[in-house]
Amino acid sequence: MDGKGIMKQFVVFKLDDEEYGIDILQVKTIEKMSEITRVPKTSSYVKGVINLRGEIVPIIDLKEKFNLGESALTENTRIIIVYADETIVGLIVDSATEVIDIDSELIEEPPESIGNIESGNVYGIGKLEERIVILLDVQKILNI
Amino acid sequence: MDISQYLEIFIEESQEHLQSLNQSLLGLESNPDNVKLLNEIFRVAHTIKGMAGTMGFTTIMSLTHEMENVLDSLRNGEVKVNSHMIDILFECLDYLETSIDSISNSGKEPETGINHLKDKLKSLSKENVSDKESKESNKGEASQKDNYIEDFLFNQYDEELTRKALSEGMKVYKIKIVLAKGCMLKSARAFIVFKTLEEYSEIFKSSPKVEDIEDEKFDREFKLAVVASVDKNVVKKDIESISEIEEVIIEEVIYINEGAKDVEEITVTHIDNEELTAKTDYYHDLSVKKAKIGKTVRVDINRLDNLMNLVSELIIIKTRLEGIEIESGDLNMTEAVEYLERITTSLHDAVMKVRMVPIERVFNRFPRMVRDLSKELGKEITLTMTGEETELDRTVIDEIGDPLIHLIRNSIDHGIESKGERVKNNKSVDGRLFLKAYQDGNSVVIEVEDDGKGISTDKIKNKIIDTGFATKAEADELNNNEIINFLFKPGFSTSASISDLSGRGVGLDVVKTKIESLGGNVEVESVIDCGSKFIIRLPLTLAIIQALLVNLGTEKYAIPLNSIKEITSIKAENIKNVQGQEVLLYRENVLPIIRLANILDVKNYNEQQEYITLVVVKKGEKNSGLVVDNLIGQHEIVIKSLGKYLGNIKAIAGATILGDGQVALIIDTNSII
Repeated sequence: MDGKGIMKQFVVFKLDDEEYGIDILQVKTIEKMSEITRVPKTSSYVKGVINLRGEIVPIIDLKEKFNLGESALTENTRIIIVYADETIVGLIVDSATEVIDIDSELIEEPPESIGNIESGNVYGIGKLEERIVILLDVQKILNI
Repeated sequence: MDISQYLEIFIEESQEHLQSLNQSLLGLESNPDNVKLLNEIFRVAHTIKGMAGTMGFTTIMSLTHEMENVLDSLRNGEVKVNSHMIDILFECLDYLETSIDSISNSGKEPETGINHLKDKLKSLSKENVSDKESKESNKGEASQKDNYIEDFLFNQYDEELTRKALSEGMKVYKIKIVLAKGCMLKSARAFIVFKTLEEYSEIFKSSPKVEDIEDEKFDREFKLAVVASVDKNVVKKDIESISEIEEVIIEEVIYINEGAKDVEEITVTHIDNEELTAKTDYYHDLSVKKAKIGKTVRVDINRLDNLMNLVSELIIIKTRLEGIEIESGDLNMTEAVEYLERITTSLHDAVMKVRMVPIERVFNRFPRMVRDLSKELGKEITLTMTGEETELDRTVIDEIGDPLIHLIRNSIDHGIESKGERVKNNKSVDGRLFLKAYQDGNSVVIEVEDDGKGISTDKIKNKIIDTGFATKAEADELNNNEIINFLFKPGFSTSASISDLSGRGVGLDVVKTKIESLGGNVEVESVIDCGSKFIIRLPLTLAIIQALLVNLGTEKYAIPLNSIKEITSIKAENIKNVQGQEVLLYRENVLPIIRLANILDVKNYNEQQEYITLVVVKKGEKNSGLVVDNLIGQHEIVIKSLGKYLGNIKAIAGATILGDGQVALIIDTNSII
């Protein structure tokens, strides 16, 4: 890579076939799907809470939140535990594939609208040779 | 020796000792003749002196030394306890507390401000000197002797030995040796003393123990008991010839054998029986106290959190093992897993309990505060505390102190009237202050109540309009409760003239902010001329409660046991419909029926049942029947918050992790009814 900026690491995951990334500094762990306890009176994309080693963590279906339909659970389904300030949330994703380095020079401002995702949730677009990764802003996603 | 590793222990232990000193002093004030208390105070002062000496905090050491002198003369009956003396002792206590704080913050003890305290203490013990000057002249040595005999008693074995030695014409001496200040090699000096004595006598007892003396685990003095054939002046001279010895006191022990009686009475020179009983009391007290202190260990709360999480993980893995066990069908395995289950359950319970601290820890500083304030303001105040055993999470306990101090100060300062005013209003001369703690549903309630003059809503209303918080028209619309709540508004309370008003309000916004940051709330109830009551409601974040676990469809929910009145089974057909609300005629009362499954949007719920299980819950005077599927049982659960993201959800008070690692939601019955 020929970047001159600061290298940033992102956890890359998939929703359907699109690739998304979250700053690794905001990711606590990546978990396999576990039993979710439903919480009533919440938005439909809030799937409930799980017990993460003694901590109660709310779980959001990211696809549903982005209006991409409800996640179908498969072998590859993962929960990415992210945090911002004191809020901690688990995001259901179709699969978490890898961690990549992206040169901050290669991150572009998000366009006005990216499909169904409100552009407010997007922090930038990372370009990596042939790949395009939509980088999400955890803070914004957690701001209800 | 590197003492830094002991610093933390020193600080924590000192704080504990100071706390107990505080209580004993308060006790002594109201009960000046209590020898036990006096001895306890003496013991604590002495312990602190010893610890400070070891750690090299000389200021603390010298102050506690002076305190000891005063206490000693008290103990000897040379002076009587009076309020002035208690005040000074309290002052010393405060100074010690500040010193310990400063040590914990900066590692250094403050060295200023101690001299006037020492002078005061000295003047206290001097009072007695001038009082009893005549006695002192011939008793000069005796008082010191009392001092050392006090801490150096013979046990049965020693007595036996002494009697034997005496009957053989030998002499038994108790020797107290004080090493010079700044003596560098204490154990070496002690060794020389031992050597010298052993030339013509036998040492059969020492305090501290010989091992401790060898390890320099003593301050500057140690005591020995010897059997010797020579005269005591010879012994004294010999020891005094050793360098770096400041003082040697020797006393001969004479036993009187009571013949046929099994019990031997010991008479030691200059000590009468009364003092002897005091001593035994002292020792008895000592052992009781020691046992108590030995039971507590201080642990960093993060370690507990960590431990708790590890236990939760253990439980999850246990559940997995259970699954494997069922598949394998191996009997040995079943047995092992069952055993594991028992252990993890107990472990879970134990860890949960560790985090909880009785609120006593906060409450026990208030008697002293109330005493000081009432003296300062010339009011008589009786403080009544109840529910000190109510348990709260450690983190909450640490934070709740300041707001409570604020409220208590307010009550004493502004709430309770002066003596004259009280008499005029037909009230008892002494103001009453109540501090109550109890658990209520999912919260712990702390009430600060006084029987003072109450809060004048009219004055607050004027104030609201004056300060521009509301227009007159708006203010007129407000009900009393809303008006009183203005006291909690920031800015409103800080205004200078507020204390001239009905009082109340100084820093109340701070109280409110603090309590809200703990997830709780404050309310005020006040009746003019009858008093005011501040009610603090704190959530049981992480508190342990008893709960009933129930099934709704496939889901599990917990209902706090203390909101449950009873559980019953009814026939479905008995439920009637009144104006769209299902009710049941139950015990001659109309009981509204709430279908939990509907409220909680539970799917796959079987509504068509002939018999319905009803959990009757109460909120104040109101009852409601909650329809549930099945009862699972009563469990002790830890309440955990759902986290910031989900915030407050109506009907849900929080979540808990069940023994199998599953999450169950806790139903907030108050918001449902």
